[in-house]
Amino acid sequence: MMPSNLLQIAAPELILAIGALALLVLGAFRGNRSTLLVSILAGLVLIGAAAAAAVAPLGPIFRGGFVSDEVSRFSKVAIYLMSSVALLLGERWLNRLRAGQFEYPVLILLAALGMGMMVSAGDLISLYIGVELQSLALYVLTAFRRDDGKASEAALKYFVLGALSSGILLYGASLIYGFAGSTRFVDIAHAVHTTAAPVVLIGLVFLACGLAFKVSAAPFHMWTPDVYEGAPTPVVAFIAAAPKLAAMVLFARALLEGFPDAIDQWRQVIMTIALISMAVGALAGLVQKNLKRLLAYSSILNIGYALMALSTGTQLGLQAMLVFMVLYMIDSTGAFATLAALSRDGKPMETVGDFAGLSQERPTLAIVLTVLSLSLLGLPPLSGFWGKFYVFKAALAAGQWQIAVFGLVASVPAAFYYLRIIKTMWFDAPAGRTDTPAPDAQAVAVAAGLWSLPLVLVGLAFLDPLAALAARAFGLS
Amino acid sequence: MTSNALATNALASSIGLPHYLAVAAILFTIGVFGIFVNRRNIIVVLMAIELILLAVNINLVAFSSYLHEVTGQIFAMFVLTVAAAEAAVGLAILVTFFRNKGDIAVDQANVMKG
Repeated sequence: MMPSNLLQIAAPELILAIGALALLVLGAFRGNRSTLLVSILAGLVLIGAAAAAAVAPLGPIFRGGFVSDEVSRFSKVAIYLMSSVALLLGERWLNRLRAGQFEYPVLILLAALGMGMMVSAGDLISLYIGVELQSLALYVLTAFRRDDGKASEAALKYFVLGALSSGILLYGASLIYGFAGSTRFVDIAHAVHTTAAPVVLIGLVFLACGLAFKVSAAPFHMWTPDVYEGAPTPVVAFIAAAPKLAAMVLFARALLEGFPDAIDQWRQVIMTIALISMAVGALAGLVQKNLKRLLAYSSILNIGYALMALSTGTQLGLQAMLVFMVLYMIDSTGAFATLAALSRDGKPMETVGDFAGLSQERPTLAIVLTVLSLSLLGLPPLSGFWGKFYVFKAALAAGQWQIAVFGLVASVPAAFYYLRIIKTMWFDAPAGRTDTPAPDAQAVAVAAGLWSLPLVLVGLAFLDPLAALAARAFGLS
Repeated sequence: MTSNALATNALASSIGLPHYLAVAAILFTIGVFGIFVNRRNIIVVLMAIELILLAVNINLVAFSSYLHEVTGQIFAMFVLTVAAAEAAVGLAILVTFFRNKGDIAVDQANVMKG
């Protein structure tokens, strides 16, 4: 392969890596007065990387260790753009708390680079490097407010459970390497098809458990509510969106490229995880007082739907997963942007009670949060409905009507907690005056709300063929 | 052949792949239990995480030698490097935790529940 072609394929990641290092040096020399400059440059780097990803040539490089195909292209553009939104949200939010530092944009860039590696991983080694690069950056981002006890506790829990999950993932990877004789997914698939001992499936189960931790699927979700509650809100907006997509795509690639012949075995595992996630996400969300915790359980529920789409193992299922995750990312970012925009007497509003009577105080944000809640609930014709529509269609097409019925039933208790937020905002007595909403976060929230109601109908016309094209990359039926 | 000679033979007949895998599995289990059962000190948790990564390294190097293939050793190098980075981040988080709480007992991490 020509070196120039090789560089072109890896261009988005090279832009991010060089950009992150250069900005780190710039920040180190100029100190915290350059925070705004570094943030703007980091945003440009992310947009540049997204553009480079959109036009990058396809093909495997580094002997199959790094793969560029339609799936990676699709997810990279989505991931890099979502990361730049997190940059926009976090920069001003941290400044208002006088916690702004130039490391924030650099860490976002490094996390984005890790996610880019994850969606392009064609090999167990690049899988591990991508997962770790992304996770280590997220641990630090969670602890970004060093003087906040809750944030450091959240970061500690995230770190310990994240490191444990990486260890489990890695143990699985070592078993797969040993019994399949290679770390490349393509060779593993070949070995599973021909010679490998069934023990290799034990490795697969370990790997799946490690990845389930990363997508915060139950029963590996213990870190999620605590991290969502403790971490700074813009960081949560970031953690809840792009890394989930990256981990789901990595999950799909590892299973569909590495173990296409073992589908009957891993389908059981994925389905079980999906069922438990939907049950836990729907039921445990009912008793939550803190809105960030509630959204954490909502994300566990939604990952259940995404895993349901993955468990079909069909092209339709993969397409459904991609569409669902992109729509969910926008909804969830919008919801967290609403939380980031609102404060009362300088303190963030986080409990459901804080939102009482918000419709009189801040009608715009109340409408946005209402729309986003209804969308997460899956009410047609909002964006959340379309995501679920694709997922259920794929599950039914694959003949998995039992799990589809369970998914529908699980959305009933979930509807209760989404509707409770709406009821509190519109029908309860106001809880007091709120501060003027931050314009940047409000703009992001309004944009997500607008996407969720009218724009999605136009947007789907573009998203659908792109996702369909991406889903064809694995050559599934 | 006497029983004594048999025993010597079994010892001498080289330590094979299953032995390495068994050691790695035991270390891995100790590491996982070290995280869940330990109720005292977060430093012990960090050590348990290192133990898990080392167990994986034993696996990788043993497989690499068994398969006569070098990828496993390269993988082990990556794991070592990442383990160092992970320990650095973990200790940094631990320092911020200690500054906020004045203690590093596992039980101190209890503000958020549910």
